[in-house]
This record gives sequence, C-alpha cells and structure tokens, in this order.
Amino acid sequence: MSVITVENISKHYIIDHKRGKGTNSLRDAITGTVKGWFGSSEATDDVTHEEFWALRDVNFTVEQGDRVGIVGHNGAGKSTLLKILSKIVEPTSGSVRIKGRVASLLEVGTGFHPELTGRENIYLNGSLLGMRRDEIRKAFDEIVSFAGVERFLDTPVKRYSSGMYVRLGFAISAHLNPEIMIVDEVLAVGDADFQKKSLGKMRDSSASGRTILFVSHNLTAVQALCNKTLYFEKGQLLEQGETNQVVASYLSKVSRTRLRREWDTPEEAPGNDLVRVHRMELIPDYPAGTTHIDVRTPMRVKFEFWSMMDRANLNLSLHLYSLTGECIFNVGSESTAYGKGLIQGECTIPGYFLNDGTYTISVMIVKDTVTPLYNMEEGITFDVEDFREGVAWYGKWPGYVRPQFPFRVQALEPIIDVR
Amino acid sequence: MRIHEVTIQAGRPERYYWRDLWQSRELLYILSVRDISVRYKQTALGASWSLIRPLATMLVMAFVFSVVAKLRPDPGVPYSLMVLAGITIWTFFSNAFTQISSSITSNANLVTKVYFPRLLMPLSAVAVSLVDFLIALFLFVVIAIVYKFVPDWHILLMPLFVALALLAAFAFGLFFAVINVRFRDVAQLIPFLVQVGFYACPIAYSSAQVSGTWYEKYYIMNPMVGIIDGFRWSLLGGRTHLNPQSLVYSVAISLVCLLLSVIFFRKRESTFVDDI
Repeated sequence: MSVITVENISKHYIIDHKRGKGTNSLRDAITGTVKGWFGSSEATDDVTHEEFWALRDVNFTVEQGDRVGIVGHNGAGKSTLLKILSKIVEPTSGSVRIKGRVASLLEVGTGFHPELTGRENIYLNGSLLGMRRDEIRKAFDEIVSFAGVERFLDTPVKRYSSGMYVRLGFAISAHLNPEIMIVDEVLAVGDADFQKKSLGKMRDSSASGRTILFVSHNLTAVQALCNKTLYFEKGQLLEQGETNQVVASYLSKVSRTRLRREWDTPEEAPGNDLVRVHRMELIPDYPAGTTHIDVRTPMRVKFEFWSMMDRANLNLSLHLYSLTGECIFNVGSESTAYGKGLIQGECTIPGYFLNDGTYTISVMIVKDTVTPLYNMEEGITFDVEDFREGVAWYGKWPGYVRPQFPFRVQALEPIIDVR
Repeated sequence: MRIHEVTIQAGRPERYYWRDLWQSRELLYILSVRDISVRYKQTALGASWSLIRPLATMLVMAFVFSVVAKLRPDPGVPYSLMVLAGITIWTFFSNAFTQISSSITSNANLVTKVYFPRLLMPLSAVAVSLVDFLIALFLFVVIAIVYKFVPDWHILLMPLFVALALLAAFAFGLFFAVINVRFRDVAQLIPFLVQVGFYACPIAYSSAQVSGTWYEKYYIMNPMVGIIDGFRWSLLGGRTHLNPQSLVYSVAISLVCLLLSVIFFRKRESTFVDDI
C-alpha cells in the first residue's frame, strides 16, 4: 500500500531584488499597491524579480514500511520537499496524498524554550510534534532515561549542555508514535554515540512497519538505514530506486576533482569584510613514476588569504571530509598575530595516510583561536586512487585511513612434529 | 484503526482547518502555559508586576488629573476607582492587542519548523494578558474595599464587556499580526497606537465630559469607548456615564473587523513561512 503519493509537486519562489535600501518595509507597500498584501505581490518600479524553482515536477510514491533516503546537494530541494510533506510550506502546484499520522522532525527540540525546565519542554515539544498529553505522560520516564537527563529535569534547558539539549530533543521525537516519520538532518548534531543510538532507534521503529523519510548528507547513514533513495538535483528528482544503486550514481556524479582555486583580487574573492580567500591549492608530491594521487602520495595544501584587520591573532583550521560527509580529521595551525595583508598557510598530508576515495577540504580562518571568521567550504575536492603491491586480494580496502604502521610478525618457535 | 488521510494541494485551504484547530486545543493550552510561566522568569518581583504597574499608573493619573488638572469624576464615584477601572480594562485590551499582533513573528521558530493551525498562536497570546487582568481585577476589589465601595447587580454584566474587549483585541490584533509577518514596521506602530488610544479613550477622564459636545458622535465611533465605559459602568454600579449608542458601535465594529481579520489571516496564513 502506498502511503505517500506525490504528483507533479512544484514550488516556486520569487526573489525580489530591490534597488537601494529598505526591503520589505511598509513604505514600499504604500508607494506600491495595497493589493500586493492581499494577493500575490505586485511589482513596484524599482524591483526586479528573479524566479526560482525550489522543486519542479516531482513525482514519487512511498510504500508503507519503506525507509526512504533523500540525498542531493545543498539547495537541491530536499528540505523544501520535507516542508511540503509536513504541511509547513504550500506547494505552488501539484498534490500530495498522505495516509497516516505524520510526525516531522525538521529540527531537534522544536520550540524548546530556554527558560522552561526539561520537564516543561518535554510537554511543549511533544505536543508541538503532535503527541497527546497522556501519550507524553506514558512515555515520559522512557524519554528521560533515553536522554539521560534525570538529574536535570527541573533545570531550565538554557543551563543544559548542548549535548543534553540535543539528546532530550531527540529522545522526545524518538518516542513519537506516528505511522510516517519525516526526519531532516538531525544526525548532523550530536556525537557519534548519540548518532548510533538514534539511528538504531529509527531502524527499530521502521521494523514495526513505520515509514521513514530521511534527509541526510551522511551517505553512510542513508545506506545503513534506508532501503530506497531519492536523488535530487536543482529541484528535480534525478533518480530513485534501491539505495545502493542511487547512492553509487550520486557518488559518480558528484565526484570531480578540483585541486586549485584562485581569485585575483579581494573584490571578487569569497570571504567577508575581515578576510578574503586568495588561493587554495592541493599540491601532490608525486613519487617517481606516478601521475595521479594514490594512497602513497604525500600532498601539501596551500592556502592564501587577505586579512583586512590591522592586527589580529589568526590561525587556520583544516577539515578533511570523506565524500559521505564525515570529517576524517581536523588540523589547526598555531595562532599568531598578523597585520593587514596576504597570509599563507601550508599543511602537509603524508603519503600512506588516506585510504582510496574522494575527499574534500575546507579551511577555516579563526581569530583568537575561538571565533571563526570565514570557512572556505568544499574548497578542494580530490580523488585518492588505490594502490597496492604484493597483495593478491583486490577487494575494497576498508577504513578511512590507510597507514603503514610498523607491524612486525615473526616466528617464535616451530612446532616439532612428533610422530 | 482509523486511517488519517490528508491531501496537500496548492491554493486549497485546508479542508479540516477548523477541526484541526479544535483538536489542537491541548497545544493551545500548553502554549498558553508556556507564555505565562516564561513571563516573569528571572525577575525578583515576579507576578507582582501585574499589580505594581496598574497601581502606579492609577496613582499618577489620580494625582495629575484630579489634583493638578482638577478633572471631575462622575457623581458618587471616587476618582481613583474610576481611573483604576478604566486602566484595568484598557491594560487588558492593549496587552492582548499587542501580544496578538506580535504572536506570529515571536513564534517564527515554530512557523518554519512545525505545522499546526496558525490561529493557535494569536489565541495563545491572549493567555498572559488574561492572567494579568485577573490580578488587576483583584487589585480593584482591594481598592474598592478601601473606599468602602460595594458593587451591585451591574457587576454580573462585567464578563460581557471583558469578552467584548477580547473580541476587539482579536479583531484588530489579528490584522496586525498578519501585516507584521511581512512588515516589521508594525512593531513600531503598535506602542504608538496604544499610547494614542490611552488618551482617545475615557480612561483618565469620564466620557461624561464629552457628552453633549459636537464631536461626541465621532468620539463614540471608537469601539473602545463603549467597552471601557461599559466595563466601568458594570463595576461601579451603573453610576458612571455610558452612552448606549457607543456600545452599538463597539459590537458592530468589533464583529465586522473580526470577520475580515479572520478571512485575511486565513488567506495569508500559508505564506507566513515564506515571508517571515
């Protein structure tokens, strides 16, 4: 039985670009037309409109008990789709039919009020997510122990650590009992332990026939949880089907190597008033006889940026992500005082360190070791090819890293055959 | 088991909107309790602020208007009580009105993250002002005892005027709540309206002073005139001035505005998330 039927759903936005200052002020409306408030907004002279299709002609059905992963780049329309299914956003055209009670988890701890205690927030959040009070009361103890906040039940959540906050938020939603559950990127928060626990909880609930729609950048999580996957690109549903197939084709489409990015002047460079990126480059030191990066290749990441500040303590923080969005490592440079000007940083990644795969590098410029000034996200993308010798096995080498640690094996004593 | 089926379609108002609204009454209660319990968090005086403010306003008004400006109250009514009655209902109205008109924007985090009939937000916004009103009414009783003033049967009509004030607050607040989503100018406008309203309505003075003037027929078109006078009239044993015609305006204007505001609200409701 199909529980969700999506037919020709489109969502269209009009982005107003206004000349001069003053966006969306009453003055504009008065000088424009009053009609605009009641119907769709009318154009005033100094406004140019840009059309934007967040979703275009999307069709799919979801069967009962399916666990559907939704993947795609930022801005592909995944979140818009979830918001339409959750009745938060109205589609421009098309229709959706949903059979069953829906709970949407677009954020952990929706509506949590910082001043209220954990106990009060459980009731608040639970009823916002559609639980009745007696349902919450019944699940209350379980929620509290799942979140591990027994001692802080009567403490305002503003005094909670961010971990406790997230755990409590998730614990509530995990005890919802809807037929269909819509989940957006909640795993992006919380530590590894928590992610494992919540993924497990979702898998359990789907075993009992619940339908799950799950958006995530973490492809590993999608593969672990979902049996079907939808792949969105620029508002369109490019591909749907078995998770492994769709994820594989998603990976093959997104994998592209970009080793160098450069901007000539601060005006056109990405950044802000404080810092601008000049250049980001990955320089492989190819061992003799090789022409592409493989697991042996040592690399240097060169990063240059302009600082517009007269004097500031700055350091760089380099993150390396796998294609599935997991952070493999984070290296920080030492914080040093710099004046206005061009600053260069270089980080070396040794050979025999990364396993084969596709990686992206982000570099963050940090002030006083705490304030991120700018994060150059996904600046560099590169593939590491496989290389092995003296091994007759050609399966995928497991793991994120591929170090060659000293591994000594020796014969200690022979077994003497006493026949 | 009952199968819950929903169809989502462009431009079609939710067929079960009013049923959904009724079924969300528990959420309404919880949102109201949230607003009330958050109100005086981290204040030393807590809920006594609901007493201190009207009391202090009354003292200032009583001094300025009766001692300095020498305004006369209606015969047989202590000036302080007359002012306090006016302040009580006006504070209720203006608080409810202010809260309602910012109810959508102050819950922006909910608008973008979870679905429920959006009318719940203005509805729950009323709770705080209702609690404040009850406290202020208690204050009135205490002061009335001090003045040895005993109300009579008229007081039975009092809830009617309170309901009317609520209706008016809703009618006007709802309209501004919608505008506020798109134009934050409303946040600047509302305190100003409330301030002007304080003088345009018979709060510090008796509407008997307006009675018989050429501008009375315009004065009573202000729907709050009838409501304030009516409330005062019911509390003070029918001894204060009340022009019945002003009540007709109050009821008619409030009802018409409420209807228009609800239609307007329902029409714009689905775009809140895009505009907010």
